[in-house]
Amino acid sequence: MKKKSKSVSYAKWGYVFIIPFFLCYFIFSLIPLVDTVRYSFFEYYRSGIKEIGPNFIGMENYVSLLQSDMLDYTGNTIILWVIGFIPQIVIALLLANWFTDIRMKIRGKQFFKVVIYLPNLIMASAFAMLFFALFSTNGPINSILTSADLIEKPIDFMGTVFGTRSLIGLMNFLMWFGNTTIMLMAAIMGISPDVFEACELDGCTGIKRFFYITLPLIRPILAYTLITSIIGGLQMFDVPQILTNGQGNPDRTSMTLIMFLNSHLKSKNYGMAGALSVYLFIVSGILCFFVYRMTNGNEEEAAKKAARKAAKKQAKKGGVR
Amino acid sequence: MRKKVIASLLTATAVVGMLAGCGGSSDSGSDTAASGEEGKVINIYSWNDEFRTRLEAIYPEVESTSDDGTVTTLKDGTEIHWIINPNQDGVYQQKLDEALLNQADAAADDKIDIFLSETDYVYKYTDADADVAMPLEDLGIDPDTDLADQYEFTKTTASDQNGVQRGSTWQCCPGLLVYRRDIAKDVFGTDDPATVGEKVKDWDTLAATAEELKAKGYYTFASYADTFRLYGNSIDEPWVESGETVININQNIMDWVDDSKEWLDAGYFDKTVKGQWNDDWNKSMSSSSKVFAFLLPAWGIDFTLSPNWDGEDGAWAVTNPPQEYNWGGSYIHACTGTDNPEHVKDIILSLTADKDNLIKISKDYLDFTNTVSGMQEAAKDPEFASEFLGGQNPYEYFAPVAENIQIAPLSAYDQGCVELIQNSFSDYFQGNVDYDKAKSNFETAIIERYPDITEVAWPE
Repeated sequence: MKKKSKSVSYAKWGYVFIIPFFLCYFIFSLIPLVDTVRYSFFEYYRSGIKEIGPNFIGMENYVSLLQSDMLDYTGNTIILWVIGFIPQIVIALLLANWFTDIRMKIRGKQFFKVVIYLPNLIMASAFAMLFFALFSTNGPINSILTSADLIEKPIDFMGTVFGTRSLIGLMNFLMWFGNTTIMLMAAIMGISPDVFEACELDGCTGIKRFFYITLPLIRPILAYTLITSIIGGLQMFDVPQILTNGQGNPDRTSMTLIMFLNSHLKSKNYGMAGALSVYLFIVSGILCFFVYRMTNGNEEEAAKKAARKAAKKQAKKGGVR
Repeated sequence: MRKKVIASLLTATAVVGMLAGCGGSSDSGSDTAASGEEGKVINIYSWNDEFRTRLEAIYPEVESTSDDGTVTTLKDGTEIHWIINPNQDGVYQQKLDEALLNQADAAADDKIDIFLSETDYVYKYTDADADVAMPLEDLGIDPDTDLADQYEFTKTTASDQNGVQRGSTWQCCPGLLVYRRDIAKDVFGTDDPATVGEKVKDWDTLAATAEELKAKGYYTFASYADTFRLYGNSIDEPWVESGETVININQNIMDWVDDSKEWLDAGYFDKTVKGQWNDDWNKSMSSSSKVFAFLLPAWGIDFTLSPNWDGEDGAWAVTNPPQEYNWGGSYIHACTGTDNPEHVKDIILSLTADKDNLIKISKDYLDFTNTVSGMQEAAKDPEFASEFLGGQNPYEYFAPVAENIQIAPLSAYDQGCVELIQNSFSDYFQGNVDYDKAKSNFETAIIERYPDITEVAWPE
């Protein structure tokens, strides 16, 4: 009798100890999340200092969002993400492969690992401001180029669609390739050295080894990187916001979905912003599912875990802040 | 057993500690001091220390201010608490709006007593329906007698749709044309303000002058945004009529668009400067720039031009603008529900209606202050000559402009309209979009900003 109650009480304490997390999650995440969804069916905003609503209007917010330029902004977001992600994953794979190659004997590995990670430590907004100053028409980059006689007239980087988008892509690349490199390095180092040794004995070249051994074996981590990056990309905000002063110039071609959301929150339009968040939630859900299926190989369990983790992260961030 | 107790205690502390953060701020006092008893704390909402420095300098009741600048003690022991939130990104208005919505439930000492607003959004707060700014008459100030020496247009600006004045200002912001003396000498052979003034007296003359400047390789103004206030602040109908939800784009605004495009293509503006308040604009005020002139009010010369100028003093001069205009101005409002009406009344009168005080502000801070007779005297007083302007007395030019300003009728949507129309047409000026696309971009942006707007009406 005594023994039995003891074992039960252990389990009970387990639950008691995780109560704080659930309480926190419930108060600070779940309630706002449910509220976001609820308000998306309401007309609820502020005009001047007068509050309008909340009045129930059904799906009207969703319909009017579809009629607005939301799909254009989705396109912008995806383009901006792709511009940043492709160089990021290519460079990261290359660097990770070099850094983990025992034969290459790179000196100062630790130093370079720190250096490539450094841009990630700067706040995105500070980074964007720095680029804004560097690449402005009368900024240092233009003065260097003109004084070196490479160009005659200053280039208006931020005045063209190509220029602005490339700058945003470049910034996202610079900020995140270090992070990805380190994650992929961990994945490669997780592969048993026996496999590499065996393939070398069989006369495998470096390129073959990369494509036939390394890539397939780090697929779960690659999937994880891809999913987190897509979700991060969908939430792209601070870099284009600061670089274009919240306008998504020129011609709103750098306006991302979250910037669109933010401009609704200027008038405290909780209804419309809520509906947009729900759309975002659905889109990221679908993307996660798609990527998960695509990369779903033998390591099903790991990918599943990654997807679940990522979805949870999205759910946490997706609410109206 | 003991372990159990400790464990449960630990858990309890963790949970309680967590919850404590959520509960704190619910004690709401409800006693409104309607009995004539003054509260001990005056809360003032503002976006920088400009108002505080003016108040410290001239309000006779000030005893001292704490070192961090958050509390000013008056001689009778009343404390002024300064609640400062920056204007950037609308932070100030957000915080103020939150506080105003809670005003009725706040404890007497937490109530807002005075808040400040700028011309761009003053109407949001003076709106009679919102009723957050007290009519001055309810405070015991009679605008017709007590504020008789103020410029008429500042009183109009601070009035609601029924003509009831709900705020008062110490400053008045007539704008001038500020030009580089060396460029004037190079192009016109003289830097005499009267001669230059003749050359810029209206838009047509100015266009001819711009051609002269261009021939010598100079730009007339830095950017298309520089001229916006002259057109935009002289519209004859408000952006949105009271009670309606249609934005009426005034013909003046479209004139600004057409003229700006024409001038930009003609090379009268510097193409690399896009809008104001950015790095390129600041640099165009330096000695290496080719920009001849700026259109600025008194605060613009003091806060913007002077810090950005890297040459000797005396390189700039002022003259009449092509069109009289007003740009900016901070209004003082008594907040509905204040528990210190007597103090508030005293502060407003002392800072905006006392001629000697206002002259002192003008002398110490170069503000163009809100006293017609005082400014007329200043215009003739050589003591007001400015070193930055090479010994010229700018009040000589400010005063007549101030008397001729036709202020645009206001609406609660002004700030967004002014900001977004410039942004949307910026793309058009730079050739990224065509005219119609710029129009539709404005419509998209304005409805995003103000969800209650249903339609945008463009002039024929």
